[in-house]
Amino acid sequence: MLKKLMSFIKGYKKETLLTPLFVTGEVILEVLIPYVMSDIIDVGIKNGDLKRILIAGAIMVTMAIVSLAFGVLAGRFAAVASVGFSRNIRRNLFYKVQDYSFLNIDKFSTSSLITRLTTDVTNVQNSYMMVLRIIFRAPIMLIAASIIAGTINFGLFCIFLSAIPVLAIGLFLIIKFAFPQFNNMLKKYDALNLKVQENLVGIRVVKAYVREDYETEQFKKASDELRRVEAKAEKLIVLNNPLMMLVMYSSIIALIWLGGIDIIAGGMQTGELFSFITYLSQILMSLMMISFIFVMLVLAKASAKRILEIMDEIPDINDDDADENLKVQKGSISFKNVSFKYGENSHNFVLENINIDIKPGETIGIIGGTGSSKSSLVQLIPRLYDISEGELLVDGHSVKEYKIENLRDSVAMVLQKNVLFSGTIKENLLWGNEKATDREIEHAMKVACAYDFVNSFPKGIETDLGQGGVNVSGGQKQRLCIARALLKNPKIMILDDSTSAVDTATDAKIREGLKNNFKDTTVIIIAQRVASVQDADRIIVMDDGKINAIGTNDELMKSNAIYKEIANSQKKGAEE
Amino acid sequence: MKNLKSKTHAKPRYTKQTIKRVFSYIGRYPFLLTLVVIGILLSAASSIVGTVLLEPAINKFIGPLIGAENPDLSGLITLLLVMGSAYFVGVIGAFMYSRIMVVISTKTMTAIRNELFEKMEKLPIKYFDTHTHGDLMSRYTNDTDTLREMISNGLPQLITSVLTIVGVFIAMVIMSPILTVILVCMLFLMIFIVAKLGSKSGKYFIKQQDSLGKVNGYIEEYIAGQKVVKVFCHEDKVKNNFDEINDTLCVNSTKAHTIANILMPILGNISYLNYAITAIVGGVLTIYGFMSIGAIGSFLVFTRTFSNPIMQLSQQFNAFLVALAGAERIFDMIDQEPEKDEGYVTLVNAVIDDKGNISESDKPTGKWAWKHPHGDGTLTYTELKGDVRFVDATFGYEPDKIVLKNISLYAEPGQKIAFVGSTGAGKTTITNLINRFYDIPDGKIRYDGININKIKKPDLRRSLAMVLQDTHLFSGTVKDNIRYGKLDATDEQIYEAAKVANAHQFISRLPDGYDTYLSADGANLSQGQRQLIAIARAAVANPPVLILDEATSSIDTRTEALIEKGMDALMKGKTVFVIAHRLSTVRNSDAIMVLEHGEIIERGSHEELIKLKGKYYQLYTGMFELS
Repeated sequence: MLKKLMSFIKGYKKETLLTPLFVTGEVILEVLIPYVMSDIIDVGIKNGDLKRILIAGAIMVTMAIVSLAFGVLAGRFAAVASVGFSRNIRRNLFYKVQDYSFLNIDKFSTSSLITRLTTDVTNVQNSYMMVLRIIFRAPIMLIAASIIAGTINFGLFCIFLSAIPVLAIGLFLIIKFAFPQFNNMLKKYDALNLKVQENLVGIRVVKAYVREDYETEQFKKASDELRRVEAKAEKLIVLNNPLMMLVMYSSIIALIWLGGIDIIAGGMQTGELFSFITYLSQILMSLMMISFIFVMLVLAKASAKRILEIMDEIPDINDDDADENLKVQKGSISFKNVSFKYGENSHNFVLENINIDIKPGETIGIIGGTGSSKSSLVQLIPRLYDISEGELLVDGHSVKEYKIENLRDSVAMVLQKNVLFSGTIKENLLWGNEKATDREIEHAMKVACAYDFVNSFPKGIETDLGQGGVNVSGGQKQRLCIARALLKNPKIMILDDSTSAVDTATDAKIREGLKNNFKDTTVIIIAQRVASVQDADRIIVMDDGKINAIGTNDELMKSNAIYKEIANSQKKGAEE
Repeated sequence: MKNLKSKTHAKPRYTKQTIKRVFSYIGRYPFLLTLVVIGILLSAASSIVGTVLLEPAINKFIGPLIGAENPDLSGLITLLLVMGSAYFVGVIGAFMYSRIMVVISTKTMTAIRNELFEKMEKLPIKYFDTHTHGDLMSRYTNDTDTLREMISNGLPQLITSVLTIVGVFIAMVIMSPILTVILVCMLFLMIFIVAKLGSKSGKYFIKQQDSLGKVNGYIEEYIAGQKVVKVFCHEDKVKNNFDEINDTLCVNSTKAHTIANILMPILGNISYLNYAITAIVGGVLTIYGFMSIGAIGSFLVFTRTFSNPIMQLSQQFNAFLVALAGAERIFDMIDQEPEKDEGYVTLVNAVIDDKGNISESDKPTGKWAWKHPHGDGTLTYTELKGDVRFVDATFGYEPDKIVLKNISLYAEPGQKIAFVGSTGAGKTTITNLINRFYDIPDGKIRYDGININKIKKPDLRRSLAMVLQDTHLFSGTVKDNIRYGKLDATDEQIYEAAKVANAHQFISRLPDGYDTYLSADGANLSQGQRQLIAIARAAVANPPVLILDEATSSIDTRTEALIEKGMDALMKGKTVFVIAHRLSTVRNSDAIMVLEHGEIIERGSHEELIKLKGKYYQLYTGMFELS
């Protein structure tokens, strides 16, 4: 996991490497300062040598200034490196999601992807920032202080040698026992947040059924559970502090005792004893910091794992073997024994044994009940999902032979759940074709019956749509989405229930416009309303993932029970 | 989606009140808190005492003995024993206060969380309309986290730091007033730098939060529309745009963190400068006999002990502000005006005798009545029938934006009333007034002849069932979700309700049938299936009034025709309000109201309205767009 995370430092390697370098410089000076200080006390003051004091003092001041410079540089590089790290994570994650297929997106769900890209990245970034400064500082401090202390007086240094493992083992045990508790705590925390989230989204349901007290009761249960586990974990972690104090104080007393005897015997200087105490606190402090890193890592681990899951997901659709020059010329489609299921491990086929040949320029209607897999069928054509069995040909070539970009440029699809993005109407329409002229845009809008209402806006085509296209009504949004798709000038046009909020007269006008202006384009229309498909050259009736019948409106009205039933359920009363 | 940019204040606005309030939560455990303060006092005092004892250790018991043949170490031993006991007491104190602090902080956070949630459940719908989920959610996550951090770590550290600073300062003044002057100078320098850099870092910090908001907003919008991006092969363009704002964030963030990062080394090295200068001056003083070696040693150790808490405090400062700002947001939500309920009419189980006299029963009787206490102390009972009347009701979510104008209508028990009209015409608003999600002035709406403002909200809502277009299922089993309509429903009642909604068939085919676990808002079901479960949920509640707000919009006409029977059974004898997009759904209503711009422009039965050849006729024949 660490190795994968480290790949995000790309582009900030220099800073990432310079940070420990300057930290090392800073730490070494920090460790040397008490050494110089002991010289002041032991040589300067003891001998009344004012000159020596001044020189040593000047050295100390210089060291502090240099150390300050190092520290500032280290801080700067650490900031650049850690911010760059999170920039890369965001960028790589975002890029990765752009490579996802529909199946990949479905697997994570949109909301989960968003949380991972926002909250989880922030968590990891914060931890990384803390860790980057400490992870080099603490061990270097530990080593440098040990070396100097060892040179001053090896005998006393042995006190450190026995204190360090005691503290290290203590800290290790605390973390070891706290680890599972923390993981447990994070799970409870998630459960609690889920409860809040659900209540936020479903507040109307909660209130309509007068379940406020019931929900509060449930929340309190979950929150109490969290408290229990949290207290358990925290109670272990806070042992760090008294343990550290215990080891430190015992060592100080041992230092004074053994050091005192040594001084009395004439082996050691008083100043050295003071330096030793400083070194002791530096060494033990760095051990504490190391244990602190572990705690941070536990907390960041869950987030890091969720981030890496996104990175590790393999986009299941690629066009590496495609022929770059192959483009869709005519727009014929043929399904040969096609079966499809979502995901390899899924048991149920969503589509079974689909066979149909669609000629270029033909208009095909698809109708069927909820869950009859109408959408799944058409989403296979632009390779939004890959077929599981059989063959799917466009212009006689398997869809896998086309570069995805070439394929999707020729196959325009207006999705059922469609989205406009913040920006002006024009900016949104240009998605279909970046180089579209104003005349082309106008034309597409006219065919999609969007021209009139867009021009009724004071700012016309420059009207700002707001996030998610909130400034236009549902029917207007659908027509803009159709215009956007038309600008691609596609060979195949798929409308997946794209006019459900448009009135039947306009709906008919749009179909009429398509027929007249996009004569050679193959059009596939999925609709709930029979009226939307009845003029199609052929209508496919879908039922439970299978083609139930294919034929014209007249044929189906005569021979197909499902079609008749749908048609009747919608026509009943209209003739009254 | 009204207020998309969540308001995050980087700085708290009512510092004093907020601190007071946080303490009022912690103050609920006075005994434990006293123990914590004692523990902190002990541990801080022990470290000061230990350092103070260093001087006599060197000057009295080590220094004079240098070179002695048979040094008398008993004095040193006694001193070390004293020192050891002081330290030991300190460790015990630290152990005690940190463990107890965990209890206090977790209990406090649980209390705050519970209060927050309990309050949230009581807030009016309007509050949820004007705040994004992300904004409200962050009070449970970010804001509680920072506050917890402050209470469990920041607070003890603050107390320790202040105690240490004061204690050490006193000890230093006693030891050497001259050296303390140097220290005070350095202290001012430190405060000056912290203030200077702090304000600058605050500025960049706000900029950083701003760009972070932009990046996260972009992520939200484009990941939500990812499938459209794929269909248009727009990945590269989206990537480029993202890079642009992500890089801006990077620049601002680097500035903010650089300042935060260099603050520590600056303060740390100033303390070393202080150390060096103190050593030089102290050395000079020792040579001229104003000070002893032991004293200067202790003093130098104190210099270090003194600078540590100052550095910690300066680092905690930002975290403190952030935590307070978070606490402010939490308290802001807790302080919101809850949903008002001045109702006093309640719903009770009723026994109705042959003569029509109603009496109350404490057991379910299948009949319900409104219990209406009057000012003169008398009680009247009115049978719950489901008669709803609007009398000239006018309403706006905001005073200056009227959504409904002079609505008058009546629905007699057992009638089906439909509302038709384009988005924003006010259909949903009408139903939201019936169950008092929003309140309108007295006497405008009557339920069984009673002014609905007099009916207690929970009782009113219990007499209505609602099925909404956005069906919200909760994580739990299918059974749990249906049971939500009636918590004490038996399994049989649940199966019965599912059959009514025509949901039984597909539920039985789920891997675990009724025990299938639905996760994340029932994502593993299709929209249509979720609506069927929601209808079953309403069916199990079985109240006399039913509100169907686009309840069948995601169900195709064929399936709708299939569940029609069930729906008819469900609606039988009930007053039903239907909002539907699809006119085939509303055709058989007793009365259809056509709404436009908050006014009823046409009303009547389907046949009457068709004959009228007005708006409804246009809608029905598809000449007019409904969206």
